[in-house]
Amino acid sequence: MKSKIIVALAGNPNSGKSTIFNELTGARQHVGNYPGVTVERKEGLCRYNGIELQVVDLPGTYSLTAYSEDELVARNFIINEKPDVVVDVIDSSNLERNLYLAVQLMELGVPLVLAFNMSDLAKARGYEIDINKLSRFFGARIVQTIGNKGTGIKELLKAIVETAENGSLNRERKEKETLTNDLSSRVSIRGARKVTLTINYGRVIEEEIAKIQSLLEADTSIANRYDTRWLAIKLLENDRDLLKEIKSPKIHKQIEKSRARIEEILGESAETAIAGARYGFISGACQEAVRSTIEIRHTISEKIDSVVTSRFLGPPIFLGLMYLVFHLTFTLGNPPMEWIENFFGWLSRTIQRWWPTGSESLLKSLLVDGVIGGVGGVIVFLPNILLLFLAISILEDSGYMARAAFIMDRLMHKIGLHGKSFIPMLIGFGCSIPAIMATRTLEDRRDRLTTMFVIPLMSCGARLPIYSLIIPAFFPQAWHAPMLWTIYTIGIVVAILVAKILRVTVLKGESVPFVMELPPYRMPTIKGVMIHMWERGWLYLKKAGTIILSISILLWAITTFPRLPAEERARFEKERLTVQAKFANDDKEKTARLTAIDNAEIEAALEYSIAGRIGRVIEPLLKPMGFDWKIGTALIGAFAAKEVFVAQLGIVYSVGEADEESETLRQKLQNSYSPLVGFCIMLFMLLSMPCMATMAVMKRESNSWKWALFQLIGLTIIAYMLTTSVYQIGQLLKIGIG
Amino acid sequence: MPLAIVQSGRRVRIVTVNGGYRLKARLAAMGLVPGEEVKVLRSSIHGPFLVEVKGSKIMLGRGMVQKILVS
Repeated sequence: MKSKIIVALAGNPNSGKSTIFNELTGARQHVGNYPGVTVERKEGLCRYNGIELQVVDLPGTYSLTAYSEDELVARNFIINEKPDVVVDVIDSSNLERNLYLAVQLMELGVPLVLAFNMSDLAKARGYEIDINKLSRFFGARIVQTIGNKGTGIKELLKAIVETAENGSLNRERKEKETLTNDLSSRVSIRGARKVTLTINYGRVIEEEIAKIQSLLEADTSIANRYDTRWLAIKLLENDRDLLKEIKSPKIHKQIEKSRARIEEILGESAETAIAGARYGFISGACQEAVRSTIEIRHTISEKIDSVVTSRFLGPPIFLGLMYLVFHLTFTLGNPPMEWIENFFGWLSRTIQRWWPTGSESLLKSLLVDGVIGGVGGVIVFLPNILLLFLAISILEDSGYMARAAFIMDRLMHKIGLHGKSFIPMLIGFGCSIPAIMATRTLEDRRDRLTTMFVIPLMSCGARLPIYSLIIPAFFPQAWHAPMLWTIYTIGIVVAILVAKILRVTVLKGESVPFVMELPPYRMPTIKGVMIHMWERGWLYLKKAGTIILSISILLWAITTFPRLPAEERARFEKERLTVQAKFANDDKEKTARLTAIDNAEIEAALEYSIAGRIGRVIEPLLKPMGFDWKIGTALIGAFAAKEVFVAQLGIVYSVGEADEESETLRQKLQNSYSPLVGFCIMLFMLLSMPCMATMAVMKRESNSWKWALFQLIGLTIIAYMLTTSVYQIGQLLKIGIG
Repeated sequence: MPLAIVQSGRRVRIVTVNGGYRLKARLAAMGLVPGEEVKVLRSSIHGPFLVEVKGSKIMLGRGMVQKILVS
C-alpha cells in the first residue's frame, strides 16, 4: 500500500464539487497561481487512517470530450498523471445528466468512486436510489454525501482508500497474470487498471470499435499510453484532440470508413449514436435502481427565476444587485482601510522617530518611502478586495451568476460577445488578473481574446485610489458620485466599442453559439464563501509582497538616483543658513521658509533623478493631454501597478508618504492643475496601458506576447487619442480650466 | 422544425442537431441528444432560449436553437 494516494475530483459544474473538496481538505489548500472561477489546479491534503491523500480538484466538466480547455485539462490529468482514484461528484437530484460523465470515466477504466452529493435534495424530490444495484452497474463504489453539511465525508474517504488499495492490488495481480483481453465479453481486464465494465454499443458500432482497436493494438506507442477501446470509441466520436495523436494514415482511413458505415446503417452520425447509447445505458441503470416516489418540481427555483430572469424585472434587479455589491464593498471597507492606513502611518512615524538624528541615511529613506509607503499602499485595498470577492462568491455559489449571464446575453450579443463574457468582465471591476483568468470558461478563442482584451477597461479596484485622490481635489462635493459614475461608465462604453471593433476586424467571425446550465438556487455555505474570499485575498497579498515590493524599491531607486551634485546640495544648505540667520527671532517665518527650501531641494533632486529625466523626456508627448513631467513620472509608476500612481505623485510633490486621502497632496494638485487636467488624468489612467501583472497574465492566457503587446499598445493609443481630444476640446470650449 | 420557432411552454422531442462534432458533443453532454424530450421554458426572438432537459435548466444561444431540429 502506498503511503500517499492521489485523488482526482471530477464532476459537473454545480454538482457541489467544491464543497466536497473543501470538506475533504479544509483550509489546507494550495492554489497554483491565479485561479479563474473554476479552472487552475487546486490541491489539498487530507489524512485518513494514517494515509495521506493528495486531492486534486479538476475543473468542473459535463464530459471528457475536450470541448473546452476545462475538459481538456481534466481529461489530460486523468490520462497523463494517472491518479490512484477518481472521485466523480454527482448531483443526485439530477442523476441521468450527471452520470454521463461517470460513464465516460468508467470507460476510461480509472479506479472510480461516485459521490452522490446533495442526497438530501434527491430524497426531498422523491428519489429512492438503490445504491448497491447502481454501484454494480458502474463497477464503482457509491457514497451518498451532503457536501454543505459534511455528511458522508468519512465514508467517502473510506471508499477512496479501499478503491485505491484494490487498484494497486489489481495492478500487482496483472503483473503476474497474462493479460486476457476478451473483447466479446462484457467484462474485460484492461490496461494496468482494474476490472472494468464496458457499455455495449450494439452490434454495428461494436464491430467498428473492434476494427479500429485491433489497428491501435498493433501500434505499441499508442497502446502503451491509452486504453485502446476507449481510444477507439473516442476516435469514432471524431475527437479532434485525439485524432491528432494518431499518425498512421491507415488508422485514419479506417476511422473514416467506420464512421461512414455507422452513419449509413444507423442513420445518424457516430458521435450521436454513441452519446445516445451512453444515455441508454444510464437510463437503463436508473430504471432498475432509481424509483421516483413523488413528482416535485423545483418550485422555489422556478418562482425566483420567473422574477429574476424576466424581461422587464431582470435587468433592474441585476443592476440593483450590482450597485449593492459595490456600495457594500466600499462603505463596509472604509473603516478597516482607515485602520490599516493608521497603522502604516504610525509605523513610518515610529521608524522616523527612532532613527538617530543626524544620520539621515539612504536606508531610512528606502525603508520609509520605498518599502512601507509602497506595501502599505497595496495592503490598504485588502478589505475592498475581500468584500468584493465575498459578494461575488455569494452570487456565484447561490446560482445567480448564471442568471446574470442569461440576462446580459442579449446585450452582450449586440457587442459580439455573449452572456458568459459578462462574469469575467464583472470580476474585472475588482482586479483584471483574476478576471482574465476567468475567461477560461469561454470555449471560443475569439470570444475569449475579445473579452480578455477589454477587461482592463473595466475600472479595477487599484484605480479607485486615483479617483479618490483626484475627484475631491478638483470637484465640489455634489459632483463626487456622478464623477465616479462617469469614469466607470466611460470604461464600459469604450470596452463595448473596442469589442465591437475587434469583432469586425482582427477577430472577425460568427460568434459561437453557447449553452450554459442555470443551476437550481442554493444557499451558499459560509465555509465555501470564506475559503474563496481568503484565496483571493491571499493572492492579492502575495502580489503585494512580491511584485509591488520590488517595484516600490525600484521606483524609489529611480526617483532617488542619481542624487543631486554636491555643489547643488551645498547651495541649498547655504540658503538654509542664510534664512536661519535672518529670521532668528521669527520662528514661524523661519520654519515656513525652511520648509519651502526643503521642498525645493526635494523637487530639484527628483527632477535630477532617472524618473524625473524620463518624465522630462516624455513631457512633449504628454503636453497635448495637459500633463507635465511630474504626471509623466507618476505614470511610470502606474505601469508597475495602477495604485502606485498616487504614491508616486506624492513623492513627486514631496509630500512624503501620501495616500489618496492626503489633503496636502490634493492642495498641491489643485494649485498646479485645472479640473480639466484632473479629469484627463483619471481618463488616461482608466483607459491606458494595463499594469505589468495584467500584461503578464495576458501573455500567459493568450499564449502569445503578440496579444499582450497588442493590448498594451492598443489601449494606450486609444487612451492617448481620447484624452488628447478631451483636453483640447475642453481648452477650446473653456470647460473646467478656471 | 428548428427549436427557434417553438413557443414557451411547449414540449418537443429533439430529432437531430445540425452541427459539428464539438457542438454535438457539448449538447450531448448537457443531455440534449436526439430522442430526448425538452420543455421550452422561455423563447424569444432576439435573446437566448431557456429549456428544461433531464431536470436541469439549460440556456441556449440564438444560433444554437436554429441548429436543433425538433418535432
